[in-house]
Amino acid sequence: MGNTITEKILMAHTKLKEISAGQLINAKVDIALGNDITAPIAIKEFIKAQGKKVFDKSKIALVLDHFTPNKDISSAQQCKFIREFALEHKITHFYEGGQVGVEHALLPEKGIVLPGDLVIGADSHTCTYGALGAFATGVGSTDLAAVMLTGELWFKVPQSIKFVINGKLPKWVSGKDLILNIIGRIGVDGALYQAMEFTGKTISKLSMADRLSMANMAIEAGAKNGIFPPDEITTQYVESRAKRPYKFYSSDADAVYSDIIEIDASKLEPQVAFPHLPSNVKGVSKAGKVKIDQSLIGSCTNGRIEDLRIAAKIFKKRKASSNVRLIVVPATPFIYKQAMQEGLLEIFLNAGAVISPPSCGACLGGHLGILAEGERAIATTNRNFVGRMGHPKSEVYLASPAIAAASAILGRIASPEEL
Amino acid sequence: MIFQGKVWKFGDNIDTDAIIPARYLTTSEPQELAAHCMEDADPKFVTRMKAGDIIAGGENFGCGSSREHAPIAIKAAGISCVVAKSFARIFYRNAFNMGLPIFESRELFEAIQEGEEIIVDSTSGTITLASKNKTFRINPIPPFMEQLIADGGLMKHIAGK
Ligand code: SF4
Repeated sequence: MGNTITEKILMAHTKLKEISAGQLINAKVDIALGNDITAPIAIKEFIKAQGKKVFDKSKIALVLDHFTPNKDISSAQQCKFIREFALEHKITHFYEGGQVGVEHALLPEKGIVLPGDLVIGADSHTCTYGALGAFATGVGSTDLAAVMLTGELWFKVPQSIKFVINGKLPKWVSGKDLILNIIGRIGVDGALYQAMEFTGKTISKLSMADRLSMANMAIEAGAKNGIFPPDEITTQYVESRAKRPYKFYSSDADAVYSDIIEIDASKLEPQVAFPHLPSNVKGVSKAGKVKIDQSLIGSCTNGRIEDLRIAAKIFKKRKASSNVRLIVVPATPFIYKQAMQEGLLEIFLNAGAVISPPSCGACLGGHLGILAEGERAIATTNRNFVGRMGHPKSEVYLASPAIAAASAILGRIASPEEL
Repeated sequence: MIFQGKVWKFGDNIDTDAIIPARYLTTSEPQELAAHCMEDADPKFVTRMKAGDIIAGGENFGCGSSREHAPIAIKAAGISCVVAKSFARIFYRNAFNMGLPIFESRELFEAIQEGEEIIVDSTSGTITLASKNKTFRINPIPPFMEQLIADGGLMKHIAGK
């Protein structure tokens, strides 16, 4: 009986010779991540357990991205607490100020996470790195504390669902639309406790930016991890970034799956997830006339340069509706600079956008774009739960950068085809 | 262990934003978090609940973010345990790691009305709904999880090794 890529990566981080779904294992961790919300609890637990030294200062990443630039005194206190810890323990990958980017855009960009790695993060969207062919999963702060201390963590080997996606993507249909469509099909707990493995001809041609968007939202179907078989596109992305060896794993032909779901991508149109669940998905043509007050283009799902390029293409010589607040968030300082050099920021400014510093900001209703009662936003983010971006009676609609841009221009949920 | 208390009922997919909204995550102090527990699902919950009460959830309880602030807020508010049809993965992990007792039962949710009292006996693996003369079985906790609870959470578990 063969193994899936997820099982193989997990096994490679233990001393085991065999592994199967359902098994409880203790595995070595390559990279452990915390942010300004989750790291304080982890550090407190670390101190409480009399932790003197972290297991490996080069394998911990602390990224202060959620409430930064610090929005108030208590968030500043949290960051100060982490900074002191990071300096004391000489944490290699500590990012704040002008170095900070949204963690799940920053870590792949800097080559900190690589194919074949086992990555845990005290942030649910840690599953993003599955795009690189790594096993990456979100855990809690206590888990992070345990890893900072010992370098290991317990895992239950997940079953895998295989998605076989074939067919050419129609115009304006992106990785974001694919994953929204999948979550719409299987529901927010459709992959609970399981791995989502993405394969097929569409996937093998899909850009790394699109793969990252898709893996990012695996958690939105309840999955433990999302994973893409590494290939040429992976090599192109990691080659120049990696500063240590990495390894490609692939599923055996006779690997066991709990389910295999086939999707014809050529039949899809851009998707929109209506409030208040990411599974509440409709094709944009069936959205009806939904007026919006804000359009947010950014986040760990869709704040990469490729996303900004698509949006800029739509905003070129066009303005956002005067009724819409347009917020563009380049996800990292590097992306910000690229967008500047490519003239994208000028296009956004001309369109009437507020350009935010790299930050989680409005995505989690933290700061830099909170919604008032009754307001509606279209956002390229990943969650639209009640109160996610502000007032409990506000609404969030999830979509791709193309849809968010077109909607900003027309003041209602719309496709670029309508411009 | 035995938990006895009045039940507060919530539906499916109660996410961590509903349990503790992100706007309060500039702190990790349990009492400050407890003051906003379940606020976006039921703003009056915190003022009406009493220590020892029990939350009954539907499917996928605790979905969304990895914030451990969610089980911390529930525990610090005085909730003795959570019984749900199913739990989201990270919430499940977090609850065991930090010591909030949680149990899976599909039948309880269908049978119970908000405000009724139940007795959860984790040793015998039963939930008793005395007013309706009914008893339900709890899905057994995996042995490793039992060990985690016995050791007092993940950090104490690894310290003991
Ligand atoms: S951008 Fe949003 S989803 Fe991504 S890490 Fe930040 S808060 Fe979480």
